[in-house]
Amino acid sequence: MLSDRLKAKFDSVIARYPLKRSAIVPLLLFAQDEIGYVSDEAVEEIARRVGVNPIEVIEDIGYYSMLHRQPVGKFHLQVCTNISCMLRGGEKIFEHCAKELGIEHKQTTPDGLFSLEEVECLGACCGAPAMQVNYDFYENVTPEKLDALLADLRKKDQGSRIKD
Amino acid sequence: MADYRNPMLGSPLEVKVLTRRFDLANSASIAVYVAHEGYQALKKAFGMKPDEVINEVKKSNLRGRGGAGFNAGMKWSFVPGQTTKPKYVVSNADESEPGTCKDRVLMEYDPHQLIEGIVIAGYAIQSHQGYIYIRGEYRYLMDILDRAIEEAYAQGYLGKNILGSGFDFDLATHTGAGAYECGEETALLNSLEGLRGYPRVKPPFPALIGLYGCPTIINNVETLSNVPHIISHGGDWYAKLGTPNNGGTRLFCLSGHIERPGIYELPMGFPLRQMIEDVGGGVWHGKKLKCVIPGGSSCPVLTADEIDVPMDFDSLARIGSMLGSGGVVILDEDTCMVKAAWRIMKFYAHESCGWCVPCREGTHWLKTLLERFHSDGGMPDDPDTALDVSYNILGKTLCPLGDAAAMPMISILKKFRHEFEEHLKLGSCPYEKRAVNVA
Amino acid sequence: MAEPIKLSIDGKPVTVPPGTLLIEAAKQVGIEVPSFCYYPGLSLQGACRMCLVAIEKMPKLQTACTTVVTNGMVVHTDTPEVANTRKSMLEFLLTNHPLDCPVCDKGGECELQDAVFRYGAAETRFLEGKLHEEEKKFSNLVYYDRPRCILCFRCIRVCDEGMDVNAYGIGFRAAHSEIIPNRGEQLECEECGMCIDICPVGALTSGTYRYKTRPWEVTYTGTICNHCGDGCRTTLSVRNNVVIRANNRDHSGLNGEFLCVKGRFGWDFVNSERRLKSPLLRKNGKQEEASWEEALTFTVERLKTILAEHGPGAVAVIGSNRTTNEEDYLLQRFARTVLGTNDIDHHRTADFSSLVRALTEAGATDRYATIEDISAAKSLLLIGNDPTHQHPLIAYQIRQAVRQHGARLYIVNSREIKLRRQSSQYLQVKPQGEAEAVRALAGQAPAAQDLCAGGTGALTALADALKKESDTVILFGDEIQGQTVNDLVTCGLTLPGKTRFVALGDYANSRGAADMGLLPDTLPGYQPLSNEKARERMESAWAAKIPAAPGRNIRSIFEGIRAGEIKALLVFGANPVKTFGLDNAALTGLQLLFVAELFRTETAELANVVVPAASFAEKSGTVTNTCGEVQALKRTMRQAGTRSDLEILLALARLFGQRWTYQSPEDVLREIIALVPGYDIPLPSLLVGRAVPTHPEGRPPALERPDLVFSSRDSLFTSGTLSRYSWALNSVDEAKKPYGHAF
Ligand SMILES: Cc1cc2nc3c(=O)[nH]c(=O)nc-3n(C[C@H](O)[C@H](O)[C@H](O)COP(=O)(O)O)c2cc1C
Ligand code: SF4
Ligand code: FES
Repeated sequence: MLSDRLKAKFDSVIARYPLKRSAIVPLLLFAQDEIGYVSDEAVEEIARRVGVNPIEVIEDIGYYSMLHRQPVGKFHLQVCTNISCMLRGGEKIFEHCAKELGIEHKQTTPDGLFSLEEVECLGACCGAPAMQVNYDFYENVTPEKLDALLADLRKKDQGSRIKD
Repeated sequence: MADYRNPMLGSPLEVKVLTRRFDLANSASIAVYVAHEGYQALKKAFGMKPDEVINEVKKSNLRGRGGAGFNAGMKWSFVPGQTTKPKYVVSNADESEPGTCKDRVLMEYDPHQLIEGIVIAGYAIQSHQGYIYIRGEYRYLMDILDRAIEEAYAQGYLGKNILGSGFDFDLATHTGAGAYECGEETALLNSLEGLRGYPRVKPPFPALIGLYGCPTIINNVETLSNVPHIISHGGDWYAKLGTPNNGGTRLFCLSGHIERPGIYELPMGFPLRQMIEDVGGGVWHGKKLKCVIPGGSSCPVLTADEIDVPMDFDSLARIGSMLGSGGVVILDEDTCMVKAAWRIMKFYAHESCGWCVPCREGTHWLKTLLERFHSDGGMPDDPDTALDVSYNILGKTLCPLGDAAAMPMISILKKFRHEFEEHLKLGSCPYEKRAVNVA
Repeated sequence: MAEPIKLSIDGKPVTVPPGTLLIEAAKQVGIEVPSFCYYPGLSLQGACRMCLVAIEKMPKLQTACTTVVTNGMVVHTDTPEVANTRKSMLEFLLTNHPLDCPVCDKGGECELQDAVFRYGAAETRFLEGKLHEEEKKFSNLVYYDRPRCILCFRCIRVCDEGMDVNAYGIGFRAAHSEIIPNRGEQLECEECGMCIDICPVGALTSGTYRYKTRPWEVTYTGTICNHCGDGCRTTLSVRNNVVIRANNRDHSGLNGEFLCVKGRFGWDFVNSERRLKSPLLRKNGKQEEASWEEALTFTVERLKTILAEHGPGAVAVIGSNRTTNEEDYLLQRFARTVLGTNDIDHHRTADFSSLVRALTEAGATDRYATIEDISAAKSLLLIGNDPTHQHPLIAYQIRQAVRQHGARLYIVNSREIKLRRQSSQYLQVKPQGEAEAVRALAGQAPAAQDLCAGGTGALTALADALKKESDTVILFGDEIQGQTVNDLVTCGLTLPGKTRFVALGDYANSRGAADMGLLPDTLPGYQPLSNEKARERMESAWAAKIPAAPGRNIRSIFEGIRAGEIKALLVFGANPVKTFGLDNAALTGLQLLFVAELFRTETAELANVVVPAASFAEKSGTVTNTCGEVQALKRTMRQAGTRSDLEILLALARLFGQRWTYQSPEDVLREIIALVPGYDIPLPSLLVGRAVPTHPEGRPPALERPDLVFSSRDSLFTSGTLSRYSWALNSVDEAKKPYGHAF
């Protein structure tokens, strides 16, 4: 079930456009932000709300690289290895992540905490090597800073669990 | 909990127009903006006829900062004056060209500058609705812009009867979700209409048939952010900041093997050598320069011998390259150009929308060929094949992404052919053995 | 008319209307510009880049498929650069394309293979591993092989733009792009298979044809589909006397490339194991195999006995709406002159008689609309019926009219039929309200306030809109019959321009059955039996007497059987027990029930004599579609043990001592052309595969009762009894959807 907050957000986003279907991609992304991926239910709901066939929504999901049909980790690590980052060690950062977490490109740790993706230019070239954890940017990353970040994220997860 | 620093390191050589408010505390807020000349240009524009606004922008020689460098005022003048259809202004904030991260700071530190530019553009072509198409990864910027838009509505700079002028204008953000091709203007329009980001057949151009089939202008964030300054200080003033036909300043993003990677606002025509040596502090760790990508990864590369060039559209075109999006990437002497070519091609193969044959198949071919070549499997014919494949893409695709992939490839194959030969001779990469710099 | 555009292509001067695409202009002067994604009638893509040509004053090569010609344009398609570009585009396409031509269904008829042959690029420089994907089964009828796909997007467009089904999309991106079906891994659609036919390569293949043969090992015969009343031309591919495929190979005829699921896949009943192969004779209460001679002799002897004991009033005949015109014509001749009875009828699915009478009385027998008139119409009024299901070709042509040249479609229907998506006005009336709406439109009777959703105002709006149109084509289903047809015609003829009409009847030869006089009160060509001159004309041609009194209609025949008045019933290619929902006892009073059939139907099961008939694929002759266009069937194969209805009738007549001289269906057709009003068709046109329109003129008696005309309401996946014997039609899940489901 989509939350009421999300549904309200859907309404306000759709209202921005003269043509409802314009809202498809934003709605998919907002739904994914909440659910963790684009579920079948979200596809159906979005298709219904903007008045298109579900296949048109699915076509969009296939096209846009940020949209996933399967859950990713709670912390989705996106490491840029494009040219500016590559020149400053982006590949090392990626490999370091892979080694530390024991997962490869587009894989998720068994506990569902981390997933890893090698991504194209994030628009952070002057802070290369750069990465994103979910939507947060981390720049001028070094293996040491990365270790600290991973530890930090693990701690954060612990904290949120105790609270639950 | 993000961890990044302001990439505006500053340099005494900078000429600050767009970035002049960046150092102010709370520069993104409407209060600071209004306290520092904000929305004055809009007031002034309302005192002018729409045509006069367009002429002022034409006079300024403001050329598109998204990559192609098309004269902005000229583009606006193609929008039909008499039409029953609604018109649209779209700001291209898809910023995805590798090596480019300037629109990001413009939106982060001065969102109202962009909003004011958009409203003026809207007034100039008599449009009443604008969208800012932001790449999905820039979620925090969408939040900043949404807040700024809300403020602007609250204070009457957006909405009905703006500043009592009788002019109405609505503005909303729109998020992409990961697709470089959606920076291409017609693919962006399709994406904004909820479709896959496939480009459209041109002509018709968006100025006539754009968003929802209506006249539309699409401009880069930096392009539009310049507009308030042009209106405030005049087109002539702006033109004189740069070189003939190349008005104003530009935000150059220095990245890669450079001592002080960052974004610097420099006048158009600023010498590339000086940019690297004086502004950027020279090649990283004092190494020698091998090559420069002058304007984002789509541009033909320049060798170390070619950097005595003024950084403006025409001068770079003259030496067979492009100013592009202002992303200046520095590659030092220890960089393997085969690997660099492969990484660039990996990007285009990933980002090709897949619509047209030469780009879809050609980029995939080049990527896999280079992958094999660099991982010790090179064949003597490979460089010639790769060059031929690149030429078979060049000029034959539906949108310029194909050219964007072919051009750097051709330049590397031609200017660094000897590195390919070296790989073949050695049977492996001569650079991998050398130290790789990691900060 | 705007001034024509003049340009030059490869030095040849070309003159074409403004708006012409360069690729079409080139075609007009015989210059082929290769293309994969361009497809006439579908939206433009500019995706395959095969059509790049050089245009003077343009810096780059331009796609001929998206370039609109301008005056003075100078085009070159024969430069080395263009040649190299074609070659390189093919090389690109082949990089990830498997070289499995020897086992590919499309081998020999593949556009990619042909293009490589013509434009080069046979050897590749691509040394990398090809992207691989397993073949996917989208449905029992449609398979997709991604590696072979060249992403021309024709399938997507024909499904969206041609069929209005939208079952396809594109998945992923870049070199990983692929065609995806609308329900996860599965297609849910009309299963028309247009996508398979339009696919230039072997990416989409047919579940019934794949891996069966090589195209050059097959014989191809152009004939007419035997299912609905639209009469699509189809090419049957036959190998070793078995039909293995149907597609309108050369896109000729009134359907162009169109075929629906029944036309493309539903012919497989022909090959069914359950086909009757031997006559059956009931002995000791059980049907047992018998020889043809035994079966026919028994039948004739039994008939002679009954005639002698009870007179011709004890014998009745039910004809088919799938058999040929020649067979129908002979059947009624046999009934009227050999058996001496006018008790002959068939399941009437549209009231053709009333349309003919109304047009004749109005002096407007030039107003029968053809299929082409429908696709060319500027304005269409559809009353009742659901063409998407009942007339797939007509539905397609209506959509073409709307999409290609902006025709306005007006609909009056009690159900939410799918075509309403194309309509500019859609008047939903209450159940069975169609006739009332017509009477109101015609000013015959005021409509009740609750007739339609928008009140009677909606009706007025429709009438007003129609008055502003011209050359409207009016199509109506079984909802409109008898006097209402007359009202509709009278009113329709007052509309501006040349209004034309179509009565929508169900099966391949419903129209022919009526035209040929399988009716108790009319002779061939809608001449009333009561018309002495007409009767005499036929009598002299046949050298036999025709009883003057009208016979029993089909309902009265059943009543006569129940009342014990009718002792013998001959049924040719019909299954009245099922169609009319007769109960078990209904036919038990008969002393003879003779059935000529393909299958052991509910009716055949009750018969004393069943003879195995030939199917449409096994015989020649003509059929008339619901618009009155005559087309030729062509025999493609033989089915051992069967005989055509024509052969059966000739044999029966011979056993009755008749000296009929017909040697072939063509002999019968010549007689029809000579004798049947409206059927004076040029034989040569017919034989080259054209559809020849007819213009019947006659004043048949008024419809006796309303329950004589009713449609079977077949869906896309049903076709009366026949579809029950089609594996293909029953294999798709869509067939299980409730009737009227819109895909
Ligand atoms: C493949 C491709 C990607 C592009 N990406 C961007 C982009 O991310 N941002 C941008 O402003 N322009 C981009 N452009 C350029 C736009 O198509 C268009 O020229 C620009 O938005 C026009 O604005 P301007 O005239 O102000 O530069 C791209 C072009 C191509 C062909
Ligand atoms: S060049 Fe062709 S495949 Fe590449 S992005 Fe443009 S349209 Fe898509
Ligand atoms: S190259 Fe990594 S952020 Fe641009």
